[in-house]
Amino acid sequence: MRTYSYFPGCSLEKMAVSYHLSAMETTNKMGVELKEIEDWNCCGATTYFHVDELLAYTLVARNLAMAEKTGHDLVAPCSACYKNSYFGNAYLKEDQDLSDHINYALEQDNLHYSGSIEVKHLMEVFVEDVGLEEIKSKITHPLEGLRVAPYYGCQIVRPRKDHEDVENPQFFEDLMSAVGADPVDFTYRLRCCGGSLIITSREAALSLVRDLLQSAADKEADVIATACPMCQTNLECYQMTVNREFGTDFSIPIMYFTQLLGLSMGLPPKKLGIGTEFVSADRILTFAKEKV
Amino acid sequence: MATKPSFSEEVSNLLHASHGNPLRTCIQCGTCSGTCPVVEFMDHTPRRLIGMINANLKEEVLESNTYWHCASCFHCTVRCPSEIDIAGLMYGLKRYSIWKHQYPEGAIGPVFSETFVKSILRSGRSYEPVLAPTYIFSYGVREFLHEAHTATNLMIKGRLPVLPPRITRLENFKKMANRIIPMGGA
Ligand code: SF4
Ligand code: SF4
Ligand code: SF4
Ligand code: SF4
Repeated sequence: MRTYSYFPGCSLEKMAVSYHLSAMETTNKMGVELKEIEDWNCCGATTYFHVDELLAYTLVARNLAMAEKTGHDLVAPCSACYKNSYFGNAYLKEDQDLSDHINYALEQDNLHYSGSIEVKHLMEVFVEDVGLEEIKSKITHPLEGLRVAPYYGCQIVRPRKDHEDVENPQFFEDLMSAVGADPVDFTYRLRCCGGSLIITSREAALSLVRDLLQSAADKEADVIATACPMCQTNLECYQMTVNREFGTDFSIPIMYFTQLLGLSMGLPPKKLGIGTEFVSADRILTFAKEKV
Repeated sequence: MATKPSFSEEVSNLLHASHGNPLRTCIQCGTCSGTCPVVEFMDHTPRRLIGMINANLKEEVLESNTYWHCASCFHCTVRCPSEIDIAGLMYGLKRYSIWKHQYPEGAIGPVFSETFVKSILRSGRSYEPVLAPTYIFSYGVREFLHEAHTATNLMIKGRLPVLPPRITRLENFKKMANRIIPMGGA
């Protein structure tokens, strides 16, 4: 049994509860245990850095300190939480002054972070820790013929963490192939969906969403798969707005990779939180056929 | 006698944690502008903005909408041949302009950022960053109605919380934040 400290992040509490449910179900099937961090706090998204960088890292450190108490690496399903926690962790480990200053603040909550754990994205847990072979062995309902557009977005791949390939990553495609689907190669798979620009710079954000949907539609994708609640929200909730404002008629379901994985493992759609989307995923369900 | 730092030095000093090279190593190649997905909405391209900072054109830089349009996607950062963290720079300019209360007219970003941060400091958690602020801001009636429509749909589908979430050890959390920035009654 692999065990991780799980940092769901604010979005997964409600807005992206289907990501949370499907993450729990699929990890469980893989023999992975996600233990929610006690009393975790918001990591500050990207917005925090607009106001104060040190405070942003302090928020990250509080979650890391609570995860460290359990001795398990921290896993985040949200790409923004992941990026913040990853870099916060890296800076705290390499900068003693920063770590001293932040630990002085953490004392107020009787916490201390000594830098002994790692931070991972939920997808990394599947692709690297569990491994594709192990995943394949659990697939009972391969999604044959399903054209899926694997959408990376930004923060799962950027900024660069080590020597990984930031220009042409393939791990999302590989995972989609492992569940039996056909990943399509679409132009904007690595481009930003606009994030919180939807609030601050609406016109720009909507045009990014439109470009993305168009690029998936050009490749006749049945579904766009995401690994981030913000990307999912932008692409799904603003799909109708885009249609209204640009006169398009997109109707592309936006699903979490864990939902597709769950379907291919024969899990009931309801348990994966399917059924609360605006753009119906019903058609996608028909692809999950039991292996003969 | 101490001399006053130039604007470009001030901006470089903002970037203590963004581990990139200093701005003066910019060779003005334009890779950042060519990469940027929102460049057409910016009044100056990222390349030009960096040139303007290096030329100490402080007023023009702060009045520009470029850094408020930046989506923090880090695409420029990973491609810059001089390894400058351009996305980090855009964050730095946002902070600088909030401190100085100097930003382009009509920008929603500063109010949004400050309100978002205050709301986290009050509760330890955030309402949906993507949608909740639409309850707080009325940024133009038409846009507001559009967003409210989306928000209402989410409510009906049970995907928005009715009450803002909170952490349990909130008092400790606030004291912790106070050791970083004394916030008064935040
Ligand atoms: S990414 Fe967003 S919503 Fe998630 S915890 Fe971090 S800030 Fe809060
Ligand atoms: S694609 Fe956009 S919203 Fe999604 S993680 Fe990247 S910046 Fe955030
Ligand atoms: S990519 Fe780097 S070197 Fe080239 S113009 Fe932009 S900041 Fe300057
Ligand atoms: S980080 Fe900002 S400036 Fe750089 S490419 Fe993305 S949106 Fe453009």
